[in-house]
Amino acid sequence: MSQYVLRRLLIAIPSLLGISLVLFIVLAMAPGDPFSELTTNPNVPPEVAAALRAKFGMDDPIYLRYLHWLSAMAHGDWGFSFVSRMDVDTLILQRLPATLYVIGSAQILALLIAIPVGVYAATKPYSLFDQIANTLAFVGFSLPTFFTGILFILIFSVTLDWLPFVYSTDIKATGIRWVLEMIRQAIMPVAVLGLFQAASMTRFVRSAMLDVIRLDYVTTARAKGLGQAKVIVKHVMRNAMIPVVTLIALQMPAVFGGAIVTEQIFRIPGIGSLLISSILANDTPVVMAVTFVFACLVVLFNLIADVLYGWLDPRISLR
Amino acid sequence: MLDKELRSMIDKVAGGKMDRRAFIQRMAAIGLTAPVANQILALGGVAMAEGASTYKPTKRGGGGALKLLWWQGPTLLNPHFATGTKDQDGSRLFYEPLACWDPDGNMKLVLAAEIPSIQNGGLAADGKSVTWKLKPGVKWHDGKPFTADDVVFNWEYASDPATSALTIGTFRDIVVEKIDDLTVRIVFNKPTPFWADAFVGAPNAIIPKHLFADYKGAKSREAPNNLSPVGTGPYKFVEFKPGDLVRGVLNPDYHMPNRPYFDTLEMKGGGDAVSAARAVIQTGEYDFGYNIQVEDDVLLRLEKGGKGKAVYAVGGDTEFVALNFTDPNTEVDGERSSMKTKHPLFSDPAVRKALSLLVDRESVKKAIYGRAGRTTANFLNGPEKFVSKNTTWEFSIEKASKILDDAGWKPGADGIREKDGKKLKLLYQTSINGPRQKTQAIVKQACQKAGIDVELKSVVATVFFSSDVGNPDTYPKFYADMEMFQIPMSQPDPAQHMRRYISSEVATKENKWQGRNFPRWVNKEYDATIEAAEGEMDPVKRAALYIKANDLLIQDVVFIPVQHRLKVEAAANNLQCIISGWANETDNLFDWYREA
Repeated sequence: MSQYVLRRLLIAIPSLLGISLVLFIVLAMAPGDPFSELTTNPNVPPEVAAALRAKFGMDDPIYLRYLHWLSAMAHGDWGFSFVSRMDVDTLILQRLPATLYVIGSAQILALLIAIPVGVYAATKPYSLFDQIANTLAFVGFSLPTFFTGILFILIFSVTLDWLPFVYSTDIKATGIRWVLEMIRQAIMPVAVLGLFQAASMTRFVRSAMLDVIRLDYVTTARAKGLGQAKVIVKHVMRNAMIPVVTLIALQMPAVFGGAIVTEQIFRIPGIGSLLISSILANDTPVVMAVTFVFACLVVLFNLIADVLYGWLDPRISLR
Repeated sequence: MLDKELRSMIDKVAGGKMDRRAFIQRMAAIGLTAPVANQILALGGVAMAEGASTYKPTKRGGGGALKLLWWQGPTLLNPHFATGTKDQDGSRLFYEPLACWDPDGNMKLVLAAEIPSIQNGGLAADGKSVTWKLKPGVKWHDGKPFTADDVVFNWEYASDPATSALTIGTFRDIVVEKIDDLTVRIVFNKPTPFWADAFVGAPNAIIPKHLFADYKGAKSREAPNNLSPVGTGPYKFVEFKPGDLVRGVLNPDYHMPNRPYFDTLEMKGGGDAVSAARAVIQTGEYDFGYNIQVEDDVLLRLEKGGKGKAVYAVGGDTEFVALNFTDPNTEVDGERSSMKTKHPLFSDPAVRKALSLLVDRESVKKAIYGRAGRTTANFLNGPEKFVSKNTTWEFSIEKASKILDDAGWKPGADGIREKDGKKLKLLYQTSINGPRQKTQAIVKQACQKAGIDVELKSVVATVFFSSDVGNPDTYPKFYADMEMFQIPMSQPDPAQHMRRYISSEVATKENKWQGRNFPRWVNKEYDATIEAAEGEMDPVKRAALYIKANDLLIQDVVFIPVQHRLKVEAAANNLQCIISGWANETDNLFDWYREA
């Protein structure tokens, strides 16, 4: 087992290096530069823009810039944002709480809906409940979040005037009122994202359950006279959850990476909106850092999933 | 041409026979912006007017919270590093200049004690220096006094190339001297008709010497106060999250009486213009939203029964179509649109004339810009109705067709005109932007009717407006026949704006397309006119020269002006916000209040 983990870890390092190299090259070759706005500003002489480029090392050859970035990163220096001239790690840490709170809540909501609905639907396939759940799931993941987001805003903010649609990191209240306000402003984004996630996850849980429910050992369990609830929870669900757990583990990076569209619609100052505004401003160090963190998380959770698999099914780690 | 008339008008104002306002209106009619008109008066010996304040509250504070929604939030808070107006707006919440511009283009005092004029000895008659008196008793937010040293320091800081300040263009050719603690003199290296650039307006707000002195030059990025401003403004800094939030609270020691009105200030960033308009106009969650680039129908719909309204400010921004004077399709020495080529179609003036007749500015206004646009015949637009007596515009497919017929461009079998084997086929590019793309469609339709085939192209704005040498789709490269966009007029003076089109500014491979003359139009008369205007101290002659420069651009159809665009903001119905087309949105914030 430990050898298996070690092997997996060693594979992770070159993949991260590879990912960072690809990211760096793609960003370096992407059009535009962070000082593009200066070209239309008559007050800024072209020499200044050129001097800034030189100062921030943008005129160095790509490989040099990459090596520079890599060695800085190895020392824990994430670089600084060209646009706000602020350290990238501060910038990301500033954005992380909102992302974790909103996207994390959405994931929890998705799980709370998907598992019971998926399980129940699988126990009674093609029943009325199953069909309604399926239809709703299909509708759910066919509707993009930018559509449902605006729909929610129109219904709950504009028409009913119940909820605010601008997420504020600066709520002027304390104690319980602060908590209530935090919840109130997160309802819409969490619902939009959570329902979208729940829709696809429900389908996944249902099919994982159906795969297991038909196996012989389940029939045996029933034949032994175990109650329906016990069979489902103890025998079916436990096994059906293996792929579901993997799926959830692999979705974890998304919780950290934010949801670009939803964050944009509700003005949530999260990682997703940081990424999109940095891309638009060609703020390479920030884009590089965010995408690289994202890549690290994907690799990490892949590793966790692999280890989890190895633990759940020892045949995998032995080979 | 106008010399005598102007001169006698100035004398009339000086003699009290003519109202200052009337003078400015007349100047606007000949294409001069109000600030320039005011400066002309000042140089003609009439003291510059101070913008009248409309501020009513009789005590400081008590106004509650002011919530501003900027759909692109500020990303840094040092005016010297500000890229774009969002950063200037954010910095200006805390930092202040010596003076700013009011909606009429008059100067409004902020940190200065009086407006320099020839009468008060502030303005040198030869235009080579200006002396500013500072308001006494002004304190930085940390309690230190604001003095002439701070002003001089800002010049040293910004003009040092190692600082990489984006304001260097304003400061590098001047010298700032301290006369005494409350007096500074700016010395120009040549007569400078527009003397109110340095230290005036949001881009030139002043930062404190005692906090930035150690971070001049190469260490400029490391200053901790780059992110936590200590200014002199009406609000004190509390918190900053780049791109998301800027917060401030009332400054109890503010140097203007009864100001500010609001107790706290919040500027939220992010999102898009439409939802910003909705949050201000429809639901009233926020008090003010900036730069609302939303179609007029949408705004009108939101305004119905809403809690806010759209507010307009007139500046000098012009949306135009530029024509390429070189050939974008022929490569010479590895360079397209090379100066060694001539545009095969536009070298015939008839084609350019015909094109300008095919841009239906009225339809563009009606269908797209609505209240936010005005039709115009001029490249250089003033704050009020710009009606240069020398230029007119017209939309006529018949006239365009006739011009082309007369010039020998005959429709071919496919209905597209041709002459000497050259077909009238044009590539027309712009940045990806709803109103621009709709305008393209309107122009294309008219061209088709006149037998000109137009292919439309739109490029992502981040690429189009970039200086990326490797990308063929940037506007300075101009690898198309026509292109449409707007160059913001950032200063209430035409000098910088008009200088762009002199011959030495042509964008070429040699200067890495950093030149600003992207139509690559070369005209000796224009060069001479600009040259003369810049050296011309006589304000009257100078004015006439810039009008002539504008007319040259229009006569030669280098530009086809499409719309004179106004600034559009969204504001709560009861918010008294003072917005100037010549200033940043937050420039007059100290005068904002809420009507009970």
